[in-house]
Amino acid sequence: MRIPCPFCGPRGNEEFTYLGDASVQRPDPSAPAAAQAFHDYVYLRDNPSGLHQEFWYHGGGCHKWLVVTRNTRTHDINDVTFADGGARP
Amino acid sequence: MKYSVFSLLKEAFRGHTGWTPAWRKAEPKADYDVVIIGGGGHGLATAYYLATEHGITNVAVLEKGYIGSGNAGRNTTIIRSNYLLPGNEGFYEWSMKLWEGLEQSFNYNAMVSQRGVLNLYHSDQQRDAFARRGNAMRLHGVDAELLDREAVRRMVPFLDYDNARFPIHGGLLQRRGGTARHDAVVWGYARGADMRGVDIVENCEVTGFDIKDGRVTSIDTTRGTIRAKKVGLAVAGNTSRVGALAGLRLPIESHVLQAFVSEGIKPAIDHVVTFGAGHFYISQSDKGGLVFGGDIDGYNSYAWRGNLPTVEDVMEEGMAIWPGLGRIRMLRQWGGLMDMSMDGSPIIDRTPVGGLYLNCGWCYGGFKATPASGWCFAHLIARDELFSVAAALRLDRYATGALIDERGAGAQPNMH
Repeated sequence: MRIPCPFCGPRGNEEFTYLGDASVQRPDPSAPAAAQAFHDYVYLRDNPSGLHQEFWYHGGGCHKWLVVTRNTRTHDINDVTFADGGARP
Repeated sequence: MKYSVFSLLKEAFRGHTGWTPAWRKAEPKADYDVVIIGGGGHGLATAYYLATEHGITNVAVLEKGYIGSGNAGRNTTIIRSNYLLPGNEGFYEWSMKLWEGLEQSFNYNAMVSQRGVLNLYHSDQQRDAFARRGNAMRLHGVDAELLDREAVRRMVPFLDYDNARFPIHGGLLQRRGGTARHDAVVWGYARGADMRGVDIVENCEVTGFDIKDGRVTSIDTTRGTIRAKKVGLAVAGNTSRVGALAGLRLPIESHVLQAFVSEGIKPAIDHVVTFGAGHFYISQSDKGGLVFGGDIDGYNSYAWRGNLPTVEDVMEEGMAIWPGLGRIRMLRQWGGLMDMSMDGSPIIDRTPVGGLYLNCGWCYGGFKATPASGWCFAHLIARDELFSVAAALRLDRYATGALIDERGAGAQPNMH
């Protein structure tokens, strides 16, 4: 599997470190149901069979966090963006 | 038909013309007391123990493909009970005890071979950690021996003891651990369940659940709708996908784990040996092939195949303990889908949906757990209570904080 890094170009996945689902959002700790919301945030995952948005860190290249949209059935990568939304590292 | 030396002799004298299929190809009925989804080792063991231990025989096992075509047929066949934490150790030891009487119990040769599982350690710190684990095992009445370097050398003389980076200092040995024939385990449970009236329905994929007033009433499948009083989910690898059909969102990620077999060689390695500085485990099959594996690929996957960096990593780890591996050709490799749970331990529990029970999150450890998983899941489904040794394997432990995190890695499935 090769990941097309927006800055470095296509690189082997051994250059990257995987974190996991990029769609989960850290909840507001002061909200009334924060304990339940944090449980869901920390532990529950959609774990889709198909397109999955996920964080990868390009430690062997530009040191940027990426959001990769990848098909978990085929390992095809549809989209890669910088996690911070910027255009360049 | 009961298998014995007499049935073998009788068939030998009549040209082996009298053997009958070991289980029926059942058509699904419209109504069951219990439906188990997933015809792998765990699902079939559950059906078997429902019939033998609880007298519930109006049971169907639904399998999307053919039985044993998932992870039951895609593992490295190791059985052991060398865990540290109380929530796990009692459970896996229950499994080990069931393995020891399994073949007599279901009258099928599962080729259970208690050849010993040897975990190598490579530093003083790791020796201390292994001593602690061995002591924890012995406190649970499980056999464990801490071996020094020379004792290990007598058992497996061909390893690289003086590796510059990972010298072998000794090992933790569980003599009762070993291997079993994975397909035969599936077939034995299938035959045992079928003999007692369980319907094993293959090529039957579940497409939805009918849930009324918070209780599951029937299951939609590719072979029609089936009513059921209770439904057990034993579909590790696809738990999130099938669970989502019932509205469940679970603490599971699916990951691919690769395993490898070399060409057949003469008997070389008598035990199961694991590399402590990384994650590598190797044994030799009865056909002579070396069976080995390492870490999961490390990212969500339903692809049933892995990538080359992990292959390279596994081979490097193998070479680090056994340089002779470099002269042997790798023959085959395959990938299975692991239910990686958020703390690295399994779940056998009820779900928020009435009548729907969950068996999932087996991570790397599904095969060795097969008998106890079936036993405890059957107990839960039949009596609606958790069996003693599985009392900690609850779904709500993520909310209560009673996690069972052997590795201490936190809620990061690819680190367990």
